[in-house]
Amino acid sequence: MNTRGLRSQLKDSVPVAGLCTQAGSYGVQDPLRKGFSSVKNELLPSHPLELSEKNFHLNQDKMNFSTLRNIQGLHAPLKLQMEYRATRQIQRLPFLQSSNIALDTLRGNDESIGFEDVLNDPAQSEVMGDPHMMMEYKLGLL
Amino acid sequence: RDTGGVAWARAGRTSRKRLHGAVKMATLSVCQAPCGGFSFDYCRRNVLLEAELAKLERSVPAARKTGTTICGVVYKDGVVLGADTRATEGMVVADKNCSKIHYISPNIYCCGAGTAADTEMTTQIISSNLELHSLSTGRLPRVATANRMLKQMLFRYQGYIGAALVLGGVDCLGPHLYSIYPHGSTDKLPYVTMGSGSLAAMAVFEDRYKPDMEEEEAKQLVRDAIAAGIFNDLGSGSNIDVCVITKGKVDYLRPHDEPNKKGTRAGSYRYKQGTTGILTKAVTPLDLEVVEETVQTMDTS
Repeated sequence: MNTRGLRSQLKDSVPVAGLCTQAGSYGVQDPLRKGFSSVKNELLPSHPLELSEKNFHLNQDKMNFSTLRNIQGLHAPLKLQMEYRATRQIQRLPFLQSSNIALDTLRGNDESIGFEDVLNDPAQSEVMGDPHMMMEYKLGLL
Repeated sequence: RDTGGVAWARAGRTSRKRLHGAVKMATLSVCQAPCGGFSFDYCRRNVLLEAELAKLERSVPAARKTGTTICGVVYKDGVVLGADTRATEGMVVADKNCSKIHYISPNIYCCGAGTAADTEMTTQIISSNLELHSLSTGRLPRVATANRMLKQMLFRYQGYIGAALVLGGVDCLGPHLYSIYPHGSTDKLPYVTMGSGSLAAMAVFEDRYKPDMEEEEAKQLVRDAIAAGIFNDLGSGSNIDVCVITKGKVDYLRPHDEPNKKGTRAGSYRYKQGTTGILTKAVTPLDLEVVEETVQTMDTS
């Protein structure tokens, strides 16, 4: 299925400290669905597309910035990154859905439609995190 | 501090350091920003199930193969697209008259081979994108734009979206015809075929294609190419759909030709009433208890 070697896959994966990827919806290991925990399982993606999908927007932004830098000079990506950062701060409380319309307009996402608008749309999610916990996590109290 | 119903988070400041890890683990799954798109949640479970079934010498149901013949040809002032209408699930014909020529925009249409759901959704998403694009630019979209959108999307998903497409249309630069493979590579050619019957159809094109054909000639050629696929490839069958796109006009013929008409029954094989003679006849009346029934209006005030 995957033609790339184990080592190159490991290089791509970005393990986040303290993040348990195998935790189920209740925050504990779910051996019925995900098997017994092992380091390899936690580091390697379960599907060849998973990593590239997870980093897609990151890589796309990187590519756009470097193209912009080559064409217009360093000021252009710097200015754009500043605008991105500013628009990213326009948010509702972390447990509420933010529309991100300014960010979408900057990125050009408001004039396109993709699978992320159709499948698993977070705006139509029926579950909500614990407001206190999410707020405390955002403020760095947890 | 108060964290509502979460008892362990209130355990006290003395042991806060020790709890840190556990709390983070539990909250991170909640705190991660939700994002849309494909979900890979069940991949690990499926791999696990596959391994367990292999131990029992069983196997999970395999993906079913689909068969199709689609093709397209450029003629003097436009493009002719053609498709068969059989949808298969392995050895079973799932649909005898399905539509394989999808709408992209008023001047562009797209034939789809491969996984039926994938071709349908891919063309719908690109159609929506092109509509947004043409609303933004205020012009008719170009075929090259649709081609680029399709190839970039398919390349992003690395062939896991099984859509092999034939994209044709007429724009301000004249007629264009592209074939797009599931991994995102594309060809721009005067005549293209796709699907399991592509070899049979291509043989007809290679034999009889001429540059700058007339419309009737091109339609006949596409009809014959699809018919070659229908009769020589087991994955293709039923009717022939044809879509003729010229500047400012689309002629969607569904069906254009029905080479596999179901035969009609010559006579009726039902027995006439009274064919079997009645020997004896006895009527026994049942004495039924008659129950009186009355209807009362319900008080709804």
